[in-house]
Amino acid sequence: MYRYDEFDHDFVQARVAEFSDQVARRLAGEITEDQFRPLRLMNGVYLQLHAYMLRIAVPYGTLNSKQLRMLGHIARKYDKGYGHFTTRQNIQFNWPALSDIPAILADLASVEMHAIQTSGNCIRNVTADHFAGAAADEVADPRPYAEILRQWSSVHPEFSFLPRKFKIAVTGAERDRAAIQTHDIGLHLKKNAAGELGFAVYVGGGQGRTPMIAKKIRDFLPEADLLSYCTAILRVYNLYGRRDNKYKARIKILVHETGVEEITRQVEAEWQEMKDADLKLPEADIRAIDAYFAPPALVERPEGDEAVKLARLDSKSFSEWLDQNVVTHRHPDYAAVTISLKGIGEAPGDASDSQMEAVADLAEKHAFDELRVSHEQNLILPHVARADLKAVYDALVDIGLATANSNLISDIISCPGLDYCALATARSIPVAQEISLRFASLERQREIGELKLKISGCINACGHHHVGHIGILGVEKKGAELYQVTLGGSADENTSVGEIIGRGFSSAEITDAIEQIVETYLGLRLDRTEKFIDAYRRVGPAPFKEALYAGEAKAA
Amino acid sequence: MKVLTANRLADGEAVWYANGGWAETIDNADVAHDKAAEDRLEAIGATASANNEVVDVNLIDVTVANGVVEPVRLREKIRAAGPTNRNDLGKQARPVAARAA
Repeated sequence: MYRYDEFDHDFVQARVAEFSDQVARRLAGEITEDQFRPLRLMNGVYLQLHAYMLRIAVPYGTLNSKQLRMLGHIARKYDKGYGHFTTRQNIQFNWPALSDIPAILADLASVEMHAIQTSGNCIRNVTADHFAGAAADEVADPRPYAEILRQWSSVHPEFSFLPRKFKIAVTGAERDRAAIQTHDIGLHLKKNAAGELGFAVYVGGGQGRTPMIAKKIRDFLPEADLLSYCTAILRVYNLYGRRDNKYKARIKILVHETGVEEITRQVEAEWQEMKDADLKLPEADIRAIDAYFAPPALVERPEGDEAVKLARLDSKSFSEWLDQNVVTHRHPDYAAVTISLKGIGEAPGDASDSQMEAVADLAEKHAFDELRVSHEQNLILPHVARADLKAVYDALVDIGLATANSNLISDIISCPGLDYCALATARSIPVAQEISLRFASLERQREIGELKLKISGCINACGHHHVGHIGILGVEKKGAELYQVTLGGSADENTSVGEIIGRGFSSAEITDAIEQIVETYLGLRLDRTEKFIDAYRRVGPAPFKEALYAGEAKAA
Repeated sequence: MKVLTANRLADGEAVWYANGGWAETIDNADVAHDKAAEDRLEAIGATASANNEVVDVNLIDVTVANGVVEPVRLREKIRAAGPTNRNDLGKQARPVAARAA
């Protein structure tokens, strides 16, 4: 993976020193909160309900064991023994004291991590497919490009005060696991007919109060033009994006209001001005970054087939975990493992200090020291020899992280909601927990099949409810929590925004309503191979409305 | 009825104005029963904010039943107790004796 060079080290150290000084001046009363707020936000420090919150960047979701161990250390020493992995592949700590944050940042810097640009109206952490470098269906690893974008966008003077925050995601496979069409810029790395690498470029996706699916403005952008083209997009946005209304300031609104044809024309015109200037990426530079992401030396481990076969016979629970949480690797002797942070009844995305340390040990021992954070709030071991899967599974059982529910209904994305967040209007974690407990039986979950359920505790949609097969949005109505349900959303290569199914449900009703929706699906699917999303696309909302609300209409 | 709440600058701890200082629990918070008392609390909050003791100062609605101060909004109930999914965290996790002190 990427290692800091001298420049990176100096840059991060300088920022730690600068922010430590700012914190000291704030604590001494030399600067006001109004002066300090933008400074702390630029360093990932929010103020929430109970305490400050520190959001730490995990660039494109990639970690090594030393880094994860450090996160465990921070959780224990400065926080309350746990961290929350987020939908942007980052981690948040919910209880740090402001006075401790300089020490936390110094600890992070010692393992090449930071919290820079995890907030503010700048280019945020660039996210990528969590199976990058391992996936069998990948054209090339998207992370070198994410790293190039990170270097270019870090404290970029022109793009540090955009109309609003800006999020970029990159995938290297046809099957989109990075939700690129819900991002401000989505990049799909692919090869053209000549076998050259480049990108399909999508612009103007986003969630929040106005969900929009990104529009493809270029089918093939040569890799050398990545930065010049992104610069052109950002220049058009910086110039024409609205600054008068926070809710209309994202690029999705500009793209929507300008029209895709005109915005494409503007971007292309801007790009023509500078495409062959200093932002053109030299081939040698791309390959130099590429080299950092060279895959580990995967030695042949052909004994894996036999080992897995025997272990399957020996343990039903291992067999189930294998079917659900282990995916094909580009090397036949290896596999990529999803470590579910969605234990039945647990808070989605939370991991304890000791779990982080144990997973770090596992990565070191069995996974070439590599880990990923997925935007679905799980951890990934991208390269595990099939021969070692049973050992990995047994170790995960020991730390309570072997739940075999990847992509099932209890693999819920959930924002922190009103239990922590100052913006939230309703709780989301307890709703996730109750649904998870209702569907606790893994047998029942497998019978239901792939079902992506996503919950947000406010309209900002950090919990991605718009693109959940089933989405739940919590709002406050007349002083009580009300949960609105959307159906038919999806965040893959066939991205769609879910439709509101009808009136919302109280916190006492929501789990029953979800169960009703699931039962309705089971009753109408053609057979077990027809997934929830496919069935919904076939039949539309009517049968679900009928199941949820027909009684009311009659009663009225 | 209203009480004055904020977060302490140095550690972000949720605090309520009580007996001339900032308490870590809502239990003994000064309750404003009329506009004049609200104005007085508001002035105290503005001063504490200017003195860099606390941030995010707000007057919040409460009810008082049998001497127990209870916030009206769920958001403030959660601030006063801690995350509802983790009874081991926040004010609710502290021994009652310590909370009363």
